[in-house]
Amino acid sequence: MTKLQTLPAASGSSAGKNGKEGKSPRRRESPGSLAYSRSARIKGLVKHAILIIVGAVMIYPLLWMVVSSLRPNDLIFREPGLWLESLEMSNYTDGWSALTHPFGHYMINSAIVVLGSILGNLVSCSMAAYAFARLQFSGKKIFFGIMLLTIMLPFHVVIVPQYILFSQIGWVNTFWPLIVPKLLATDAFFVFLMVQFIRGIPKDLDEAARIDGAGHPRIFLRVILPLMVPALATTTIFTFIWTWNDFFGALIYLTDPDMFTVPVALRAFVDSQSATSWGSLFAMSIVSLLPVFLVFLFGQRFLIKGIATTGIK
Amino acid sequence: MSAIGELSTMTRRKGPMTKEEKKANGRDNKAAYIFLLPWLIGLVAITVGPMLMSLYLSFTDYNLLQPPEWVGLDNFIRMFGDARLHNSLRVTFTYVLVGVPLQLGVALLIALVLDKGLRGLPFYRSIFYLPSLLGGSVAVAILWKQIFGTTGLVNQVLAMVGIEGPGWISDPNTALGSIILLHVWTFGSPMIIFLAGLRQIPVMYYEAAKVDGATTLQQFWRITLPMLSPIIFFNLVLQIIGSFQSFTQAFIVSGGNGGPSDSTMFFTLYLYQKGFGQFDMGYASAMAWFLLVIIGAFTAINFIASKYWVFYDD
Repeated sequence: MTKLQTLPAASGSSAGKNGKEGKSPRRRESPGSLAYSRSARIKGLVKHAILIIVGAVMIYPLLWMVVSSLRPNDLIFREPGLWLESLEMSNYTDGWSALTHPFGHYMINSAIVVLGSILGNLVSCSMAAYAFARLQFSGKKIFFGIMLLTIMLPFHVVIVPQYILFSQIGWVNTFWPLIVPKLLATDAFFVFLMVQFIRGIPKDLDEAARIDGAGHPRIFLRVILPLMVPALATTTIFTFIWTWNDFFGALIYLTDPDMFTVPVALRAFVDSQSATSWGSLFAMSIVSLLPVFLVFLFGQRFLIKGIATTGIK
Repeated sequence: MSAIGELSTMTRRKGPMTKEEKKANGRDNKAAYIFLLPWLIGLVAITVGPMLMSLYLSFTDYNLLQPPEWVGLDNFIRMFGDARLHNSLRVTFTYVLVGVPLQLGVALLIALVLDKGLRGLPFYRSIFYLPSLLGGSVAVAILWKQIFGTTGLVNQVLAMVGIEGPGWISDPNTALGSIILLHVWTFGSPMIIFLAGLRQIPVMYYEAAKVDGATTLQQFWRITLPMLSPIIFFNLVLQIIGSFQSFTQAFIVSGGNGGPSDSTMFFTLYLYQKGFGQFDMGYASAMAWFLLVIIGAFTAINFIASKYWVFYDD
C-alpha cells in the first residue's frame, strides 16, 4: 500500500464515477515479443476453458429441467442427459390444470400485482428522488440518512405489525398489502438509484426551465422525468423480477386459492404432488420462470447497469 | 457511490453547517414535502410505525384474537431457553458464515478471470448472471429439491461413475449444504459489482508495477486487492444482511418445516412458524427485533473492521 501512494499522480485521477462503464484502455499488457503473444494465447485458452466449464455446470440444471419437462415422468429419475427422443407435451397440459384454477389464473394474479408494484414504484420513488436530489429543505440530511438506512432494514422486523394492520382493515386475501407499500416508496433502493441518476443530470437544464417560469412540478415532469428514462427502466425491470418472484409476502397475505400468485400456487403444487408428477411440476416451474427469462433477455443492459451502480441483487 | 459509501461519508463529515447552507436549507420546503409525501406516509405507516409497534408487541403476549397482554421480558427470557431457536441461530450463522464468503470468493475469482478484455465477455457475464435472477424463485427451489433428492440429478450423475450418493436434502448432515450451494450458485450479481470495480482501477498502477518487476501475484495482492477493498466491503455488508433474511429456498426445499430434524430451520423460518403458524405474535416480534440486533451488530462489526482493511483512494 505504501508503494501505491508513492506512484506518480496516483490519487483519483482516472477513476471515474463508480459503475459508469470505464472507457480506460482495456489492454493492460503491451503486446511486444513473440514470447508474450504465445503465453498470452495459452493464458486466454485456459481462461476460456475455466469459464466454459463453470458456465456449463451452472446452466446445466436449468437446461436439464427444460428437457425433463418434455419427457415422460419416469425418465426424470434416471436420465441425467439432455437428449430428447420424443416431445412429451402432456406435462404442460397436465400441470396447467393440476390446481384449483388453470395456471393462467395465477399468472394473471401475479401480473396484476406486478403492474401495480411497477406503477407504484415509478411514481412514488421518482417523486421522492427528485426532492432528495434537487430541492433544499429542512431535515434533508436526516431524511436522506433514514432513507438509506431503510434500504438495509430487515423486512421481518415490520412484517408482524404490518400483517396486523392490513388484516384489521380487511386486506388479507387482497392484492393491496403487496401493492400499497410500493405506492408509498418503501422500496427505498429505487429512490436511491434515482437520486444517483438525477444527480448526474446537469443542473443548467433545471435553471433554464426555472428562468422560463417553470415551477417544480413542471421541471420534474418536463425536464427530469424524460431524462431519467434509463433509471425508470432499471426500476421497472427489477420491480418486475422481484415482485414476480416474491414468495414471502404472498405466502402471508394470500391464503385463498382464488388470489394465489404464481409462487404460492407453485408451492401448493409441490405440497399436493405425488412422486409421479415431477414432470408437470417442472413444466409449470418453467412457465413461471419464462417471464423473468424474457425480461432478462431484453432488459439485460439496464439490469447490469443497475447492479453496477447501486449493487442491488 | 453506493448506498453504503454514502452512509459512511455522511457519518464521517459532521462539521457544523455554514451560514449559507442554513439559508439554502428550507428554501423549497413546501414543494419538497409535497414531493416527499408518499415516501413520508410510507415511512410512518409502513416502516417506522410497524417497527415501534413490533417493539411494543415483543413485550406482550398476543395471538391476534385477544388484545395484547403486557408480559414484560417474558418473550426474551423464553428465547434464552428455546432450544429450537438456538438451533435456528446455528443454522443461520452457518449459512451466512459459510455461504457468503464462498459466494463472494467465487464471484471475485470469476470476475478476475473475466476482466482484462477477454473475448466473449458479455456472453459469459450473461450466463453467470442469469442464476442470480432466478435463484430467489420458488421454481428454482423446486428444481433444487429434485436435483439433490435421493434419485435426483446429482445422484444420477454420481451413479454413472459408480458412486451411490446420499439423499442430500433428506440427510440432516447435507441438507443445509445443498441450500448453501444454491446461494453460491447466485454469485452473478456480486460478480458484476466486482467487474465494475475492477474497471475503476487505473491501468497505470499495473504498468508501473510491471516496470518495477512485480509478478502477477504481487500485483494482485498489492494493487487489485487494496483497490477493490471498498467494493469487497460493500458486497460483504450487502450479502450478509441479505443472507440473514433468506427464507424461500429453505422453506420450499424442506417443505415448510425446516427439516430434516431442523437442519434447515432458518431463523426466519422459525419466526414465520411462530408468528404465522402458531400466531404467537409477541414471540415472533421479539425474534424479529433480535434479528435486527444481530444484523445491526454484524454490520457494525463490518464497519469497524473495515478501518483496518478497506483502502480508500481519496
